[in-house]
This record gives sequence, structure tokens and C-alpha cells, in this order.
Amino acid sequence: MTEKLVIIGNGMAPGRMLEHLLEKAPGRYSITIFNAEPRVNYDRIMLSPVLSGEKDYEEIIIHGDGWYIKNGITLYKGHKIVALDRTAKTVTSDHGVVEPYDRLVIATGSVPFIIPVPGNDLPGVLTYRDLDDVQAMLLAAQSRAKAVVIGGGLLGLEAAAGLSERGMDVTVLHVMPTLMERQLDPAAGYLLQRAVEQRGIKVMTKANTKAIVGNGRVEGVKLADGTVVPASLVVMAVGIRPNAVLAKDAGVTVNRGIVVDAGMRTSDPDIFALGECAEVGGQVYGLVAPLYEMARVASSHLAGDQSAAFVHNDTPTKLKVTGIELFSLGDFADGDDRQEIVLRDASAGVYKRLVLKDDRIIGTVLYGETADGAWFNDLKKKQTDISEMRDTLIFGQAYQGGAPLDPMAAVAALPDDAEICGCNGVCKGTITGAITSKGLTSLDDVRAHTKASASCGSCTGLVEQLMSLTLGDNYNPAAVQPMCGCTTLGHDDVRRLIKAKGLKTIPAVMQELEWKTSCGCAKCRPALNYYLVADWPDEYADDYQSRFINERVHANIQKDGTYSVVPRMWGGVTSSKELRAIADVVDRFEIPMVKVTGGQRIDMLGIRKEDLPAVWADLGKAGFVSGHAYAKGLRTVKTCVGSDWCRFGTQDSTGLGIRIEKFMWGSWTPAKVKMAVSGCPRNCAEATCKDVGVICVDSGFEIHFAGAAGLDIKGTEVLGLVKTEDEALEVIVALVQMYREQGRYLERIYKWAKRVGIAEIKRQIMDDAEKRSGYYERFVFSQKFAQVDPWTERASGKDKHEFRPMASVGFAEAAE
Amino acid sequence: MNWIAIGSITDIPQRGARCVATPQGKIAVFRTAEDQVFATEDHCPHKGGPLSQGIVHGAAVTCPLHNWVISLETGKALGADEGAVKTIPVRVEGERLFIALEALASKAA
Repeated sequence: MTEKLVIIGNGMAPGRMLEHLLEKAPGRYSITIFNAEPRVNYDRIMLSPVLSGEKDYEEIIIHGDGWYIKNGITLYKGHKIVALDRTAKTVTSDHGVVEPYDRLVIATGSVPFIIPVPGNDLPGVLTYRDLDDVQAMLLAAQSRAKAVVIGGGLLGLEAAAGLSERGMDVTVLHVMPTLMERQLDPAAGYLLQRAVEQRGIKVMTKANTKAIVGNGRVEGVKLADGTVVPASLVVMAVGIRPNAVLAKDAGVTVNRGIVVDAGMRTSDPDIFALGECAEVGGQVYGLVAPLYEMARVASSHLAGDQSAAFVHNDTPTKLKVTGIELFSLGDFADGDDRQEIVLRDASAGVYKRLVLKDDRIIGTVLYGETADGAWFNDLKKKQTDISEMRDTLIFGQAYQGGAPLDPMAAVAALPDDAEICGCNGVCKGTITGAITSKGLTSLDDVRAHTKASASCGSCTGLVEQLMSLTLGDNYNPAAVQPMCGCTTLGHDDVRRLIKAKGLKTIPAVMQELEWKTSCGCAKCRPALNYYLVADWPDEYADDYQSRFINERVHANIQKDGTYSVVPRMWGGVTSSKELRAIADVVDRFEIPMVKVTGGQRIDMLGIRKEDLPAVWADLGKAGFVSGHAYAKGLRTVKTCVGSDWCRFGTQDSTGLGIRIEKFMWGSWTPAKVKMAVSGCPRNCAEATCKDVGVICVDSGFEIHFAGAAGLDIKGTEVLGLVKTEDEALEVIVALVQMYREQGRYLERIYKWAKRVGIAEIKRQIMDDAEKRSGYYERFVFSQKFAQVDPWTERASGKDKHEFRPMASVGFAEAAE
Repeated sequence: MNWIAIGSITDIPQRGARCVATPQGKIAVFRTAEDQVFATEDHCPHKGGPLSQGIVHGAAVTCPLHNWVISLETGKALGADEGAVKTIPVRVEGERLFIALEALASKAA
């Protein structure tokens, strides 16, 4: 009979505990998890990179749905536990699920501290705790308005950096005289403030928030001295407190957090607590390393090993803001029995301070140069007597014992049990051992197998040094990033060799360029297919099996496996006849959602795959062709109404947009291409954040390019001014062809432009008439083969296998 | 085993897949570049993406929704991801393909 284990909360601590438990005692428990958030387990440490745009949510998932299924764990998402009955041994969720337990683990985490001031509940006041908060901040950031972050600690500064990165005007309010005063001494706090201010973030210290003001929503923050700092978004990041309400209501002993013994057991022997809600040895914790230690201890006890005990260890603090190096550890208050060693290098922005007691390190603050953090941590942990090396200690490990100044030597000298990755508690020996025994050669491999550098990433440099120590010449991080694991060549080399060697099929490329796999992977095959389509438009036979599903079935796959269909509406112009045809299709195929897109088109969502050819046949009868809304190719040309209707319009922007779209549709490009034409500088078609945009002016057409309004937000660059529509078209076509020939697959125009240089593109397209007409001619040639409506083809039977099941079986038998 | 005929290997493009509809849901039948044939439930262990719509490479498929790579031989996620899709036995006789639906057979019996 398996015992019933119920877990309340699905954060990183219980997630890690389950990993250990499934390894130590597989099958012992039947496990049920209640998660108040409607999600799987994700890496909360990485919310800051999600906020700043360096990662997206999918990349920070720790356990996907499949993991729970595979391990037979029942996960209730979006269920908050509202009652715990210790007599009946049951928990009850807000959706009414009552679950009995033999053992219960409470991992309810913490709640953000809300400053008790008037206005703290106004719309626009957020905390920084989970993905919902990040998404709300991202939404607010789109307005690029003013934000105030209250709290100059770790979380507050990361939120401020992220919001600033997203284009907001950010002010940090901190109640203490220096930033991060709990982790940094005043000198380092000052350096940090300077670095933060250099990023355009304003910092106000000794700023005591008195009220949040606004009429109906946030308009500003009022300080005790009467100053009002204007803001449309206020993020409170002043601290957290353990979320222990449920345990307290059930009569479990609670102090600051839920009180547990060194085995993570609460006052009720069948109930464990861990994570930020737990208080062990009088301390509550918020950094991941001690939480993971709790997870290890709790899993041992649940698996029947009663000897495991939680031991307090100081955890180094690091700030996850790209470009700011900061490390702090232990106790660095002044005291009569303490001595300190300080190193300052003002011009390099370096500050280091070691606090010593009885010839042993008890505290470390490093700013600007943190490479020796791991070594100092190790000396402190082992309580090493440093009197022998005291004179050179502050210079770091490389200077000890007369060793030459070589960062590699420093890493090499670390003992095997020195901790490299603080987040995941991975030591040097584990990493080098995995590299050797599993033959790992890339950073990604090491992350996958050891978890080192897989959380906050601040130890990545150390891990790379370990790899190069262990692998020697076989590790070359400076080399060109290969296209994928199937080759050592980068995109540019592959493109060059395809042309130089005249390679015209995917197998030929793989053979000649010595691919390491038999038929590539989902990363390289679509890239190669594009390069061959772009380079040999007349000779290459498009390989549909190397295209993503969207380009294979000419519609956009949705999360539920249905598709969405967007017909082309040239320049965003439609008619009653077209709208009627769309309405009829929607009714006939019971299409559940119709939506207007950002590119001035109509999107029909939720179409079953089998219906696609019939939908297209009906749309085709009304004159519609594919809108290529799924393609790495020309998407839309958005227009305003221009001189025909608008009293400000200077040129026929609608007409030009339609002309461009009719000329360029069907072309494949490295990544999607979105365009717009605005009839005057008021720019109603928003042309200045597009891949290519035109602003019509009295004297002609201003051609813009390299804008972005997605993952990144970037205004366009001006390519040049031309006088006529014909010239505008030639310039745009030449520009896109240059991009088609040079872009790396999935690289948008703005990234390509940054790589090759705006000036170089201007020179080739605007100043070199011969080059320009060469590009133009090659594009025109390629269009002869590309401008075929894929919907008409499929409505008349092409690739019909794509849309029909191969067989239907079992239904008759089941009916018997 | 209850072997059920589902068609010919030539119905499936090389490095491609087709679906078979069954009362228990869709089954994806894959054909590799070397003409090996595999079948799995058409449901990625990550977020349920339709594996039949993915790119087939070697004896693996990449899910179209979030790029998990699933081994067609074992059904297990490759690389660092964890999870597995149920594999379905396939028999190839010349060009004809059969799959076994055990649960169905027992229900019918």
C-alpha cells in the first residue's frame, strides 16, 4: 500500500525535493500537488531575464507537464488550499477538492510585503513575485512611460534594470542611505548606485514613501518630504514574508515562518515544511541554495533516512543585472575583534573588502571583479587560517604561492569540493567528473547534466574555465557558434560554401560539409532549405519535409493543434464582397474566433486541419490568396489612407503599399518581414518600427529599415530619401534581396543590419547603383518561381496527404 | 495482438508522418529517411503538441509547438527534457502497415 504524499505549493523547493525523492524512494508515495499558480514548476530566479527580454517563459520551465505525467504525479494547477484538517488528515482546495494525506509538505513560499501606505491598492501598483507580475510589468512597459520601483535591494534593482531595458523611465526609491545595505557595505553600495545610474535609472536614497497618489490609477509616489515622483507603474520590492497562514490556522507552530526542526518536520510529525515559508534554526531564507538544501533534507526524511539535517551556510549574493559584477558573503559589520583588508581601484571601478576574525575570513564584499568569490567562499567555509598569505590575500588566488597571474591557474587550484554553482550547489568535482565521464563538450551539455550555471548563470565563466581546463584544446568557446549540433560550421560559412561549391540539395550540403548526423535536425534543415531556396530559386526543389508545419500546410498551428488562416488583403484594403465571403466561410466551417491582426488583416482561428483545403477553396472563389501570415517571408504591408482621403496625406501611401505587396508577396526571407507605408510624418501606419517602412513627405519617400516591435523594440534607421514611387520600390526590393542573400536563418532585418553595419547597407543600396540593380534583378528572377499561391495549389489537391488522416481504425470494433 | 491494417508505407512521405484516427485519439505514424516506420500517440509529453506535424530527423521527431525532440524508438524525450510518449507497435509486411491496439482488442473481446 503506497502512502499518500500531498504537497501544497509547486515552487522550486518542492520541485527539487520531488526530484530527490523520486530518486531515493521511487514508488513509495502516491503524490498529489496543489499549485495556486496555474502553471508547472518554473525557475523563479530567471524572472529577471524574462523581464529584461533575455529569456522567455518556455526557457525557464523546470518540469513540464510531461514530467508530472511520467512520474505519476497528480498536479492541480490553479488550486489554492484553503483548509487543512489535521485530525481528519485532509486538505481542501478553493475548487472544493478534498485530498487525504499520510504525509503533508507545506511549501507555500512567501508573500511580497506591501507597504502600508494610502493608495497601495491603486491599479498600476504591482509586486515582483511571479510570472503574472512580470507579464503585468511587460504590459505596462509597452507604454514606455515612467516607473517607480520601491526598494533598492536585489529584487528591486533587477526589476528596475528589466523595466529600463524595456524602455521605461525608471526611478528607484530606497529608504536606506545606500543600495543593498544588507549585502553591501556603503562603499560598494555607492559604486553600485553609480553603475545603476549610468544605465539611465534614477536612484533616490533615504526616500521614505508616504503615499501612492492617483485618481483611479497610479499617478505618482509621494515621499515624506513632500516630493511627488510621477509614475504610471509602481513596483513594490521591499521584501517578502513567509506565507504561513494556512499552517497557523491549523494550529501548527508558527513564529516568523512555519517552525521546523533540522529534518524539516513541523510541530505535527506528519507535516513537513520547506522553502521560503519555513523557519529553521530561527532563520527564514529567500535565496535558492538553502532552499535546495531544505529540499534535500526533506526528501531524505520522506524516504526514511532520519539522519539528514539542515546546516546553515552563508550563501553568496550576486546581482543578476548584465554588466554589474557584485558578490557578497557573510558578515561584514565593523567590530573591535575584526580586521579588514580593502583594495580600491577607482579607475577600474573595483572594490574588494575582506573582513577577518582570528585570521579567518568571515565576510567578503567584491565589486567590479568577482572572479575570486568562489575561492574566498571556500576559505571561509573551511575556516582556513590565512595568516601565511595575508599580504597578498586580497589580490586573489592567482597571487598565492608565487603562481603566475592566470585565471585558469586559479580555477585549477580550487579543490574538488569547492562550490562553483551556488544556486544548485554544484561543486567543481561534480562538473569535471561529468565532463570526463559523459564526454561533454558544450556549455549546454554541462548545464543539462549537472545543472551548474543552469539557474542564474552568474557562474558561467567559471564553468567555462573548468571546461577548458578539463578538455584542453577540445574546448573552444571563442569559435563561431555552429548552426546546430549537426555541424561545426556557422551559418555564414554554410551560406558561403553552398555558393562556392555549388551545392543544390540538402543531402549534398550535408555530404560535402561533413554533417555529423544522417539527416540533420529541426534546427538546421529549415535553415538549409531556406538558403537553397534563396540561392538557387530556379533549380532547387523545395523540401517540404524540412519546413516547419506552418509553412508546410500554409496556416498557423495553434496550441490546441487547430490552425489559423489569414487571407491577403493588399495594403489592408478590403471590400464588402470580401467581407461577405469571409463571413460565409466562418459560418460554414463554424470557425470559433475571428480577429483583426496587428498587420491590418483578418485572422480566422480554430480551423480543423482537415477543413483547410475546403476553407481555401471557398476563400479562393472570392479572389483571396494566402496572406503568408505563417511564413518566414513577406508578411504584410500596412498602410494609412494617404492623400486620397487624409487632409494631411502627402502621397498615395495606400497605393504604394499595395504596389509593394503585390510585387513582393510570396518571397521567402530569413525571418518574417513586415512593412508599412505612412502618408505623412504623423506616421499612422507605424512605419518606423517595421522591418522596412516608408514615410511619405512632400519631396518624396523616406525609406526606413531595421525597426523592431516584438521581443525588442527599436525605431527604424533611415536608409535614404527618393523622389518617385518607382525609385522607392527599387530601393526596397534591393534592400530585401541583400538581406535574403546575407541574413542568417531566423535573423530579423534589424539584427542582420546591426551585424553588417547600417553604413555598409546604405553604401550598397543607396550609393552603388550597380549593386542595387543587381540585387533588384535577382529578386525579380526569384519571384518568377515564388509567386504561386499555395492555397490554390492545395485546394486543387496538392499535398492532400497533409490534411487527411491516413486511416480511421477501431471505431467499428468498438461499436460491436 | 490485434494487428489492424492502416495502409501502405507509400502513403507517408519520407521524413514525414500521417495520422490514424482511433477511438482512443490520434496516432502518429512516422516514416524515416531510411524507411523505418514508427507509431506513437500524437501527443507530445510536454504540452500535448501534435507530434505528427513535427520535423522528422533520424529516428526522432521535433514537436512543432516547443521543439522537444522525441525518440521514435523509445518515445522518450531526448536531450535534457524529461517525459515520454506512448509508442504503438507497428508491423511492416512488404509495403503494408499494421498497428496493434491492445486496449481495443480487449474491449472488443
